Amino acid sequence: MKKLNEIKRREFIKVVGLSGGGLFLASYVPLQNVLAKPGDDPKIFTPSVFLKIDSNGVVTIIVHRSEMGQGVKTALPMLIAEELEVDWKNILLEQADADRKYGSQTTGGSTSIRRNWEPLRIAGATARIMLITAAANKWNAAIENCEAEKGFVINKLNNEKLSYGDLVEDASKLPVPKDVKLKDPKDFKLIGKRVHRVDTPDKIYGKAIFGIDVVIPGMLYAAVKRCPTINGKVLNFDGTIAKSVTGVSEVVQISSGVAVVANSTWRAFNGRDKLTIACVAGPNVAKSSEDIHKELVNKSKTDGFVFEKKGDVSKSIEDEELVESIYEVPFLAHAPMEPMNCVAKFEEGKAELWAPTQNPQNARSEVAKALGISENDVTVHVTLMGGGFGRRLVSDFAVEAAEISRASGKPVKLTWTREEDMKFGWYRPPSMHVLKGSIDKKNNPIKFSHHVIAPSITQMRFAPNLPPQNYDIQEGTVGLEYQIPNMRIAGTTIKTNVPISWLRSVYNTQNPFAIESFIDEMAYSANKDPYGFRRDLLPDDSRLKNVLNVAAQKSGWKTEKNLPKGKGRGIALFKGYDSFCAQVAEVTVKNNKVKVDRVVTVIDCGIVVNPDLVESQMEGSIAFALSAALKGEITIEGGAVKQSNFDDYEILTYNEMPVVEFHYIKNTYSVGGVGEVGVPPCAPAVCNAIFAATGKRIRKLPIRLS
Amino acid sequence: MSKYTLTINQKKQTVDVDSGTPLLWVLRDSLNLTGTKYGCGEGICGSCVVHIDGKAERSCILDVEDVVGNSITTIEGLADKPDHPIFKTWIELEVMQCGYCQPGQIMTLATLLEQNPKPSRKEIDDAMNEVLCRCGTYQRIRKAVAKLVEEK
Ligand code: FES
Ligand code: FES
Repeated sequence: MKKLNEIKRREFIKVVGLSGGGLFLASYVPLQNVLAKPGDDPKIFTPSVFLKIDSNGVVTIIVHRSEMGQGVKTALPMLIAEELEVDWKNILLEQADADRKYGSQTTGGSTSIRRNWEPLRIAGATARIMLITAAANKWNAAIENCEAEKGFVINKLNNEKLSYGDLVEDASKLPVPKDVKLKDPKDFKLIGKRVHRVDTPDKIYGKAIFGIDVVIPGMLYAAVKRCPTINGKVLNFDGTIAKSVTGVSEVVQISSGVAVVANSTWRAFNGRDKLTIACVAGPNVAKSSEDIHKELVNKSKTDGFVFEKKGDVSKSIEDEELVESIYEVPFLAHAPMEPMNCVAKFEEGKAELWAPTQNPQNARSEVAKALGISENDVTVHVTLMGGGFGRRLVSDFAVEAAEISRASGKPVKLTWTREEDMKFGWYRPPSMHVLKGSIDKKNNPIKFSHHVIAPSITQMRFAPNLPPQNYDIQEGTVGLEYQIPNMRIAGTTIKTNVPISWLRSVYNTQNPFAIESFIDEMAYSANKDPYGFRRDLLPDDSRLKNVLNVAAQKSGWKTEKNLPKGKGRGIALFKGYDSFCAQVAEVTVKNNKVKVDRVVTVIDCGIVVNPDLVESQMEGSIAFALSAALKGEITIEGGAVKQSNFDDYEILTYNEMPVVEFHYIKNTYSVGGVGEVGVPPCAPAVCNAIFAATGKRIRKLPIRLS
Repeated sequence: MSKYTLTINQKKQTVDVDSGTPLLWVLRDSLNLTGTKYGCGEGICGSCVVHIDGKAERSCILDVEDVVGNSITTIEGLADKPDHPIFKTWIELEVMQCGYCQPGQIMTLATLLEQNPKPSRKEIDDAMNEVLCRCGTYQRIRKAVAKLVEEK
């Protein structure tokens, strides 16, 4: 049972470094001077919730966002370490439990770096200034003559040195300064470098503890049998046979189904398979994909609520050439490699969880709500996770584990099978898009209208009376930079009983696909090159235009005009999460099969904290987007999800991965998001390339050519 | 319930499990060797690859009774040599993202390179195409394999 210690164990950072970038700001988490309280170890300096320094000089940085492969465990500490002036190799890391004192811990919306860029640097700088002040007081020196470097304060006049550890006690007694000055980006030593991930060695050696690997003393293993249809309710169950399975100790009902508790995962699975449960479909039966499609079609004939409008798209203009298309995408599953799981211990009215969650505070409050206890009686430890992509923003698995532990009176590890993960997910909603435009006789676009029809996640889950101006489905439709004189952007929501949620880049997986494909259609109608057409529609000072130009140049758009027969090149743009991205895709189409050969991706995300992490997020985003574009489809039949595993919900494989060429713009704009930005432009770039290769326009995902 | 004596990472270990229990769950639950991951349970994803007598096999579809007497190596066994060129290259090129599929990737590659230090592109593609990575680390895996093959 050494596992528990391993989770709690603090991890030493191991590091290397390479190249650079550079500047500035965002939101604010209040700092607090946690002065030594009576009974506390007086020799720990805790100038903020994000770090502590002990009298041995050990610096511990607290990571309050969830590591799911995007690299926050490396990038967030870099922000603190940069300002703290501490040797990167001598830092310890601790994963924060769920606690509002950290501000938002929700790891989604590409916010981890954007929202913490300023607060974490302030935390580091504040500590540094307090340590310098403590040293200056000790030496009776002027603060200006003292500076911090690699864990020491140095008196520049006489080269006297004091380690941070020696200053901990004095610094703890100082008031926390306000308005600390942050470093000039040109002085960054760590930010902008390709700093190695802190978690690689443990993970590749098989030593890292993901949620599914957690073991706590006395723990049993659990599996849940759910009603076969979405939202089905258990009428009754018979656990007699299940209980006779070797190792099975308990069969208990919980809100989502019936749980089997055993002394191994395999026996829990076996016991679960032997359960007989009777279910009613209930009033919330999920309509089939076919019926949802029909509803989308019906609604596509209406006008929709107008989100944004310019000029008049309804007035006819002389000799205009009309372009009109309808686009459609299906439900998608997140399917992270590590299926849902959670360890929970309910004891004496309190719950403790080890959860692979992107949303620790939500897990805490949902568990408290489900168990009818106070949030203060729920502790959520955040584990490493094998991918998230938004799936782990929902806390269903944590609630289940807590309920099973309470019902069985035992600490349990709940593991979902892949089939359950696939069938009981929270899916990316389907959508339909009606695009209309027109080109005048000089071949200039003069009208553009977009009507998106989709179920709204916010409306279905949080706000049934959501006013239309707040519809989430407008994400990615409004604020387009294309200068077209007459524009109309509208939306209509439909209802669905299929659980829907946020999937990496959310409605930006849908809207930009339709928009950027349609802009391509308009370019061809105007007899213009798709790159030049876009460029001419963008304002000169646009960062989007800049990434477009760089992508065209890096991909050889103009210079290597003629691709061999069967090959094509397509371009697409995306702006969102305070970042800008352009992608050029090259495809080969043979026997109705699409192979994506190459994707050139250019991102402007302002100051880059760690170029290597940005690069890997771009590669990952492209793989993720291609899985959806080429293969991804969840279908609902008979009130249930039809797909069940990676054989019928396929994802991109090794041989299908294109060559990804990554470029980023070096500038000093405020940091933008990275984790989702590379997803939206990929599908339209690929579909535009297919059109260039074959003349066939793809208006429905996943791509089917025959 | 029966007792099975397995040779895992060169150590003999006796486990008390039901016949038909997949090796994957024996490793993970009985022996706490959690580096071998569960991804699909159907032999599709490759997250659970271990070496059976030096060959890459999917532990989720191997019954425990069928591997008695074989030499089983898990990622933890391979990591007894942390300086193994694969690990070094993986760190140097920063291949992984979430890391969940990586033990399966590495174990698959390790047998390939052991059996054939200079595999052809097709041999590499055939082997690596069988291990899924939802994070999309394939390009870096490809670069790492190329580097390893070149250095052999
Ligand atoms: S878990 Fe064994 S192949 Fe997927
Ligand atoms: S690194 Fe996350 S699944 Fe491969």
